[in-house]
Parts: sequence; structure tokens; C-alpha cells
Amino acid sequence: MKNFGFSAIESRTIDYSQFDDRLLSYLLKEEPSFILCLSCGGCTATCSAANLVDFNIRRLSLLIRRGEIENLSREIDKCMLCGKCTLVCPRNINLRHVVMLIKKGIVELNEEPQIMEL
Amino acid sequence: MRIPAFELPFLIGTLFLFVICLIRFTYWVTSLSKIDRLRVGRNFFTRTTLKSIKEAFMEGLVHRKVYKQNPMLGYMHSSLAFGWFLLIVVGHLEAAAYRRSIAVHFHEAVFFRYYAIYDRNWPFHEVFAFLMDFILLVVLSGVLLAWFKRLNKRFFGMKKTTRLQWRDYIALTSLWLIFPLRFLAESFTAGMYHNGSFLTQTAGNIFKHYLPLEMVTDPVWLAYSISLGLFLAMLPASRYFHIPTEIFYIYLKNSGIKLKKFENGYARVQTFSCSRCGICLDSCQMNVAGIKNTQSVYVLKNIRNRTLTDPVLFNCLLCGRCEQVCPVGLDLNDLRIVKRIEKTQQYNSTYDFLKKEPTPEAGVIYFAGCMSHLTPSIIKSMKQIFESAGIPYWFMDEHKAACCGRPLMQAGQRDAAMKLIEMNQQQILDSGAHTLVLSCPICYKVFKEDYHLPFINIKHHSEYILELIMEGKIVPQKIDQKLVYHDPCELGRGSHIYGQPRAVLKKYGTLVPMKQEREKALCCGGSLSNLRITGSQRNIIRDAALDELGRVAPDYLVTACPLCKKTFAGANRLNVVDIAEVVAGSLVSIPEPELVEEAEMV
Repeated sequence: MKNFGFSAIESRTIDYSQFDDRLLSYLLKEEPSFILCLSCGGCTATCSAANLVDFNIRRLSLLIRRGEIENLSREIDKCMLCGKCTLVCPRNINLRHVVMLIKKGIVELNEEPQIMEL
Repeated sequence: MRIPAFELPFLIGTLFLFVICLIRFTYWVTSLSKIDRLRVGRNFFTRTTLKSIKEAFMEGLVHRKVYKQNPMLGYMHSSLAFGWFLLIVVGHLEAAAYRRSIAVHFHEAVFFRYYAIYDRNWPFHEVFAFLMDFILLVVLSGVLLAWFKRLNKRFFGMKKTTRLQWRDYIALTSLWLIFPLRFLAESFTAGMYHNGSFLTQTAGNIFKHYLPLEMVTDPVWLAYSISLGLFLAMLPASRYFHIPTEIFYIYLKNSGIKLKKFENGYARVQTFSCSRCGICLDSCQMNVAGIKNTQSVYVLKNIRNRTLTDPVLFNCLLCGRCEQVCPVGLDLNDLRIVKRIEKTQQYNSTYDFLKKEPTPEAGVIYFAGCMSHLTPSIIKSMKQIFESAGIPYWFMDEHKAACCGRPLMQAGQRDAAMKLIEMNQQQILDSGAHTLVLSCPICYKVFKEDYHLPFINIKHHSEYILELIMEGKIVPQKIDQKLVYHDPCELGRGSHIYGQPRAVLKKYGTLVPMKQEREKALCCGGSLSNLRITGSQRNIIRDAALDELGRVAPDYLVTACPLCKKTFAGANRLNVVDIAEVVAGSLVSIPEPELVEEAEMV
């Protein structure tokens, strides 16, 4: 890594050459529209589940893009699949499908004999 | 009795089919629940059996529902099915008359003309010969039509037919050959022994001049036997297994067995009862969006072949149009949901974070539903209606509430949905309400079917508004406007509510009837049930539906579902309003332009 003279705290660094992109590539393969997300947060603003509990679908989308998928399973279980996010999305991303794929992807990745823990 | 060698293919085929049927039916029955098994046994000596026989006759043989679809298609099916059935029955009677005894070996009846060549003095032989020739002629006309259908399916009112598998082709070819071969065999025999009637005798007399009948007759009888045997042997592996299964299905259905939420013998019976006639293909709106492999017939085929994939399973609007036209009457939506439940079983949520909110006392509860919160004009109108009718109500999900659970159900997440249902249910019961009013048909269906709310009237707002009008609590004012009503899938085909919204609208404007309405109504394309469809494909379906709805150039397109409204409004082509808005609009006499604005705003 090039040294610009700044110090970087290890725990706050994301190394894009090494992060776990298995779930992200799975999602993009199955639901290509996911790539269109511009993180506007419309989905989160309208979310029925977020009314009841601390749940932020936009944040999850960001975490997946960073490969931080450790606690994803517990988070995504809060979604009630009502579909409002999909209807308000300005980029027409099929978010309901993305949620189902995340759930499925986690199960499938867990079944894979890998070192990664999810 | 000695069996001649040429009969062997037929006998082997029959035996094979019989064994397979026995194994499969036994296996299916044993996989039913104990109560359902009791139903199967207990109802056998009751009216159920008679009813089933009647239904099997009307649908399985005469194909009444196919006639309704298209008379030509109906004739093709019934001439083959009913005609063949008559050939068997009358053939047995003929053989019985010939033997002067009821005990006839069944294969003897099948190859009757081969044997009945010397004795000419049995009772009614001319009548029987004429009848059998006539029925054979009818069946042959059906075969001819079946050939013709391969060339021109539009003549039979079909735009699409099912893509077949190689096993189907073998069975189909042998089926097509059976009757022409029978005709040839009987004609040749008639040419030699004069035992035919108007059809076979005439043909036989002609053939006699050109063919060495002594040499060709036996081979043709053998070919007839082989084609019969091959068809019967291929039957369990091909789509034609629907013939025995459908009769069994009719009996199971009539004895009160319902589809469960998991795959059991009954679901298997339904799956195997699909004849792949392809009638569901034309009714499917996915066609217009270029999706051609996810229709019910292909899903059932994939289930049978164990090749069902997620993209096929989840790419369906569950609008129920296929179910409506299915001549076998299969529960196509529920069969698909059963598979979705199975496929997503591993990752159901528990929602253990949900806490029950304090519940106020209420007589009437209003539950708008998630979708209505995206169309605030519906909520606003409902508030106005409650207010002017002077009805106190508790707006259950005004600020926050759990989802009704139907979207989860549609995606197959039944266990998760049940958690939400339990919570909402408890809250409703705690309030002591007597009426629950819903604005969203998606909620309505799940509240009606899966919630356990004894003594609570569950009403969609269109039903509720009609009640208010009847009780004189709101007074409709007729406006001079042309309205068309769009039946939402979950309210119409899903919950069989067609009349009430129309009764309301007739009091508010001129309701124009359409060609595709009620059971035949189109889906708006916005259905939550489809997880796979892309936005642009949804738009194609929506626009095609709007073409149909806009044909009569209505002033307003009225619907009763927030999701339909939102979907249609997105096209900016017609003034889309909810039925509640129509009612509320005339209540406080909002001038029309505002009503339009409201519709476009959403």
C-alpha cells in the first residue's frame, strides 16, 4: 500500500482486494438490478419493519458491498417482506428478491466447506 | 383359453400400467394424513362416489370445461376420450352378446372382430357392428382433428400449446396410431369375412381389390396390439398418466380432502392429474412480457421430473388466471405455494424481537395495510368515510404495526408469516372488536384464510362501504361519470368478491361492463407474489392490462387495491382511483379535478 503519511487504524480498514465478496457476487448474479443501488435510502424510510425495530436495509446493502456479513443473518430476519421498499425504489431494484436471496445465500454459504464464518 | 401371440404386447402393456397405477395410488394414499385416509375409505359407499362418477364422466370423458373454452377443442378431446370409452363399453357388450354370456375376457372384446368371423347368428350383430363402426368413425375424426391441431392450433382457439417431452411424443404417436390401425385391421378382416358394417365393410371391399388381405391382416392386428401396448406402457411416464390419476383426483377432492401446506399424496395426485393440455398457457399474462417457461403446466412438469428451479418457481404473479381456466380444476396457486414453502423452509424468521403493543378497546378496527401507506389518498378517504358515517374506530396500523403476513406467505415463508399472524391476531382479539375493516385485498385474503378470529367480521372496505350505504349511514350521490372497475386478483379470484364493489360503484356512476372482468380479470402486474420479474417486464404486463381497461375510454379506472392503484397510476394513462376515494369524493363533494390530482399525485 502506498504510504501517504497518514496512519490507518487496522480495524477500520477495508481491503477491497481481500474482502469476502461471495454473497455480493451471488446477489448480483441472481438479481442484477442490485448493482443499480445509489444508497438513497428510500427503502429504509418507508420500511414497515424499521417502524417496529432497529432495521436499516440501506445499511445492510452497504455492509454486503463491504463484505461485512458477519451479523447479516440476524439483521435480515427482521424484514417482513411487505415489499414497500421495492415499490418506492427509484432505480427499480427488486429488493424483495434481494432479501430472499440474502437469506438463501447465507444458508448456502454456510453449507459450503469454507473457513468464513457468517 | 389360449392367448394368441399378437395380443401379447397389449396384455403386457395393460399389466404394466395396472401395476404402476396400483403402486403409485397406494403410495399416495398412504402418504395422506390419517384423517384424509379415513375420508378416502369412509366416503366410498356414499353419494361422494356417485358424484365423482358423474364428474369423471362430465369432465374426464365429455370434457365439458374444454367445450366451454372452445367447442372445436372440446369435440377433439371428447371424441377421443368419450369415443374410446364407448368403444370399450359397447365392445364388451358386443362380445357378451356374441358369447351369449356376461363373462367375457376383456382382451377378447378388444380384438373382437378378429375372432367373430364365422358365427353370424348372434343377437343384434348388425346393430352392434353399425354402432362400433360409428363410434370408430367418431374417434377417427378426433384423431384427424388432433393431427390438424398440430398444424393449426389457432383453429382450436389456442395460441400456444405445451412443449412436449420425448416420452410424450412416443405416447402421442402410439395414441395416434391406435385407431387408424384398428380401422385397417377391422377393414381387412371385414374384407375377408364380411363381418364389418358401413365403414369397415366398405373399406374392406375396396382394400380387397388392391391388397393380398390374407397376408396383411395378421400383421396389422399385431401392429394395432403393439400400438395399444406401447401407449399403455408409456402412459405412466408421459402426460397421459393424467387419465387414471384425474379420476382418482376427482374422488379424493369430492371426499373432502384439501391441499396441505406441505407436499403429500394429494399434492402428488394433483401434479400427476395435469394433462398438459396447455389451456393455462394462453391465460397467462407472463406471455406478453416474454416469460414463457414459468407457467403452471411447466411447473407441474418440472415437479414431476424433479427439475424445478427457483427462477421458474418464483416467476409467477399468482394471479390465479390459470386456475380459473384449468379444465381439471387443479389448485395451481396453492401447489406452487407448497413448493415455495418447501424451498424456503430453511430460512424462516422468528421475529422474536416483536413486542405486543398496548391495545385500546375498540368496536371497529381499521387496518390499512403496508400498501395503503404508499397510497395515502385511500387512507384519507377511509378516514372521511368513517367520520361521516359517525363510526368510532381504532386505526391499528396508523403509526406502526407488523405486516399482515400475506407477502411472506406468497414467498413461501409460512412459518415466519405465522409469527406475525399470531401477534396481530392477539392484538385484534384483545381489543374486543366486532368488525375488522381492511383496505388491502392482500391483507384481506390472509385475514380471511389464516387468521383465527372467531366472531369478528372481516370486511374489505368495498364490502364495508356497501353495508354503510345499505344502513343509510352514508348517502351516495350519483355523478355523471363513466367508470370501469378492475378486479384485484386477491379480492376477486382470491376471495371471490366481485359483486359488492360493483354494487357500490353503480350508485356513484355509470359502471361500464368489460369483456375481461370478474373471474377473467387481468392482473395489474404489480403482484408481490412474483419475486423474479423485472420492473420493465411488470410495465409491459401493466400496459397490456391498461390497453384492455382503457378500451371503453372510461373517465375513471376504479380499483379496490392499493397495489393495483399504485401500479396503474405509474403508467399515467388513466385516472386511477380507489373505490374509497370515489365514495369519499362524493361525500364532501370534492370537485372532480381535485380527485384527478389526487390520483396522479400518488
